Amino acid sequence: MKIIVCVKQVPDTSGKVAVKPDGTLDRASMQTITNPDDLNAVEAALKLKDETGCEVIVVTMGPPPAEGMLRELLARGADRAVLISAREFGGSDTYATSQIIAAAIDHMGLENDDIVFCGRQAIDGDTAQVGPQIAEKLGLPQVTYAQDIKKDGDSLTIQRALEDGYMTIKVKTPCLITCIKELNEPRYMSVGGIYEAYEKPMEVYDYNLLKDNPLIDVNNIGLAGSPTNILISFTPPQKGAGQMLEGADQATCDKLAGILAEKHII
Amino acid sequence: MNFQLTKEQELVRKMVADFAENEVKPIAAEIDVTEEFPMENVQKLFRYGVMGMNMPKEYGGAGADDVAYAMAVEELAKKCAATAVIVAAHNSLACWPILKFGTEEQKQKYLTKMTSGTIGAFCLTEPEAGTDASAQQTTAVLDGDHYVLNGNKIFITNGGVADVFVVMAMTDPSKGNKGISAFIVESSFPGFSRGKVEDKMGIRASSTTEIIFEDCIVPKENLLGAEGKGFNVAMATLDGGRIGIAAQALGIAQGAQDELVAYVQQRVQFGKPISKFQNTQFQIADMEARICAARWLVYDAAYKKYLSSQGQKISYGKESAMAKLFAAETAMAVTTKVVQLHGGYGYIKEYPVERMMRDAKITEIYEGTSEVQRMVIAKNVIK
Amino acid sequence: MQNFDSSNVSAFKDVWVFCEQREGKLMPTDFELISEGRKLADELGVKLVGLLLGDNVEGLAKELGGYGADKVIVADDPRLGVYTTDAYTKVICDIIAEEKPEIFLIGATNIGRDLGPRCAARLHTGLCADCTHLDVDVANYQDFLRNNSVLAEERITKTDSAKVLGKPHDVAKDLKMTRPAFGGNLMATIICPRFRPSMATVRPGVLKKGAYDETKANAVEVVKAGFELTDADLQTEVVEVVKAAKKLVDLVGAEYVVSVGRGISSDVEGGIKIAEELAEVLGGVVGGSRAAIDSGWLSADHQVGQTGKTVHPKIYVALGISGAIQHKAGMQESECIIAVNKNAAAPIFEIADYGINGDLFKVGPMLIEAIKAAKAAK
Repeated sequence: MKIIVCVKQVPDTSGKVAVKPDGTLDRASMQTITNPDDLNAVEAALKLKDETGCEVIVVTMGPPPAEGMLRELLARGADRAVLISAREFGGSDTYATSQIIAAAIDHMGLENDDIVFCGRQAIDGDTAQVGPQIAEKLGLPQVTYAQDIKKDGDSLTIQRALEDGYMTIKVKTPCLITCIKELNEPRYMSVGGIYEAYEKPMEVYDYNLLKDNPLIDVNNIGLAGSPTNILISFTPPQKGAGQMLEGADQATCDKLAGILAEKHII
Repeated sequence: MNFQLTKEQELVRKMVADFAENEVKPIAAEIDVTEEFPMENVQKLFRYGVMGMNMPKEYGGAGADDVAYAMAVEELAKKCAATAVIVAAHNSLACWPILKFGTEEQKQKYLTKMTSGTIGAFCLTEPEAGTDASAQQTTAVLDGDHYVLNGNKIFITNGGVADVFVVMAMTDPSKGNKGISAFIVESSFPGFSRGKVEDKMGIRASSTTEIIFEDCIVPKENLLGAEGKGFNVAMATLDGGRIGIAAQALGIAQGAQDELVAYVQQRVQFGKPISKFQNTQFQIADMEARICAARWLVYDAAYKKYLSSQGQKISYGKESAMAKLFAAETAMAVTTKVVQLHGGYGYIKEYPVERMMRDAKITEIYEGTSEVQRMVIAKNVIK
Repeated sequence: MQNFDSSNVSAFKDVWVFCEQREGKLMPTDFELISEGRKLADELGVKLVGLLLGDNVEGLAKELGGYGADKVIVADDPRLGVYTTDAYTKVICDIIAEEKPEIFLIGATNIGRDLGPRCAARLHTGLCADCTHLDVDVANYQDFLRNNSVLAEERITKTDSAKVLGKPHDVAKDLKMTRPAFGGNLMATIICPRFRPSMATVRPGVLKKGAYDETKANAVEVVKAGFELTDADLQTEVVEVVKAAKKLVDLVGAEYVVSVGRGISSDVEGGIKIAEELAEVLGGVVGGSRAAIDSGWLSADHQVGQTGKTVHPKIYVALGISGAIQHKAGMQESECIIAVNKNAAAPIFEIADYGINGDLFKVGPMLIEAIKAAKAAK
């Protein structure tokens, strides 16, 4: 049994976000982090590893520096890491990306008791699309928005979050599950894990390795293989400055309430 | 010359910083008031391999290097100096002497426990033997297959919670320093008890107690190192232990500086944030330079200790004394200034800097006062 | 799905909306999407079709007509009563392959965002997630840009054409799907020029529901879809659907929202109590910033912001919220923003209509009194 966890390195949008004058994101000036939902996916896998002793493989597609993130996940307890990296893969949208990752998973070989975990969505694009699209390419059943996972043999019972509750879903392995932050509390790296992280295997899957995989259509990868195009990106205008009220006492509050009443909004 | 951290060291810093931010910082102010030992966090620190991190893998440790260890203590101390000293005392003062001077049996028996949940402590100081360690009055008398220990130790960090103690006692009072021997004592041994719990100015959530030996039975095989070599064990342990305290002091100073940098940009006086005033800027600049200098003294001492542990013939006694002296005095000076720059807010418990100032003081006192450090340094310089 | 070619763009026609039902009831976002779909269909001069899957749901079709659907295709089957990825994807993709709509809109609910990507992958087409604005007509789109971006006019006028695989491409017939990215710091407009249908999931609560028209409701054409679905198609089994016992916050529809952030950390209970009282006086609900949710002070359904809910109340009160960009993303469209923060330099004041630089624990109770008094005086 093995668990493959798909992860993404993303700019930390909770910090200061830098936008260049042309409206594109100044990625160079931003910190990168492991996508938060993906950490819940890794934790879900590590919990199953604690229970069953299965192998946990973390996979990402990205530029070579993404290796640093993979090492951190090895330091949390993953056993192996795979970095999918090639110039030909650059500019892929979710459709093209899911195809490449599905091919990589297919290359590793998916067996009957294997599970693929993903985070629900990445904080840079917030699309939540790559997980289900990998499942479709691999022909796997999917359960998204998992907030609770119980494993019993080859059967998983999953609580899938809805806006006003949840559904309980039963699914058999192999399957793909996307995880939300309510699922668990991700563990930290451990000191021992850190010192082992640089000794664990890190494989790089490049274009040549994957191009002949049956799930890959070489015309459907990278920018050219992406059905969607960005027409334009832009920064929204900042709302005009309001007014700072003087003081912070009862008179200030009375004045504010007066204005609101005058505008008929209370 | 290379000041680059290794990738492992960078990750250890990141990991402990994350832990400190999410687990330690939220309770730091509360446990300072309640004096509650942060047992839950300490057990997590065992699980994440920080407790006993320098111990080799064969004893359940992480095999981390000494610079990474100093960084871990520093990161914890930024948020909570008490948590930092719990880790420092366990690693430097209890695990390390057993690793360095213990027999294979002792290491197997004790270090495997001390990397998986059992807290350790170090007993040297006595009511009449502080800086003058040779005035030990605790005695150990061999009686067949065991020693009988009598006496009491005070100001023992982790005293209330540890189950393994490295204890100095006189096996031959006539020989002074050369009559001291080191022992590994378990809290379950007959005649062991814990005494008074100290009510301290700072590091209040750490457990500091008296330890009492009343005809305490210690098996002969628990002698640590050779009989009469206890003073060497103690001094070598303190040489390394000072690096942990220096790292703690460094963390306190940096933590206070971090608080200050955030505060001065928020606090508006005379119509502008106080960070815009030159006095603020100059004070922050001076403190920054001093903290960075302290950091390199600490890392240098830690690195030399690491090289020594790798078999190189290199001493680090002077370096660790300098690191502790300078970092401790930096912590005290920085926290005092940081409180001052916070004005009235610095004096109330709503802000963490008053706690940091109280915590900083002990770093000038324990594991050798600043005066002792100066003696050690001078002895190394004037030969 | 045999012989289906998503790249034969000219073979596709009409605007379709996936009309999600749960327990036999339509979702509020269905009406938002039907109203928006009506606008797009008119811009293209084509029909608006609702696609309704369920178990005995034909009766819901009329209401969809009332909001603008010309036709509703109903797929009725006991296996479609409760949503499953496999059954819904199969039925929808088979019908789409047959009928070939050019635009397919789905509400970005937890179900829509499970379904959309799976369908898009199977149909080999593009999908734009969680859109907040849609256009077909170029002039309308460019007006939207003029009002909602800082782009220069010369760049706006150039948006009638895009470079696709190195060649210029006229976007007149493409659905222009606009959505926030990078925590709301950037907006992007996405097109799907080479494949059909153009698919979008649309964020609930953003688009406006139109007026209900009884005549149109009565005129709607209802078509029963033919499809094949067997138990063997289902790889998952829904054991139960549970409504959360806790009272969920209806942030999206609230007219008044009082949110708390990190600023309440010194007295979490007290801070929440002030927010609750203020919300009660105003007649609204309590929300929170990501910091308040991540710290466990409020449950996740209270979160306002990029990863939480998007709200546009009449009044949004931010108590002790610094105004990180991703929080602003969820509340900056509020009609009136009131911010109370100890830090005069907090970014929240940049977008606040009224700012009070003070301690929320002191200002909050005074504001409650002031609003009570002002209301009483009316």
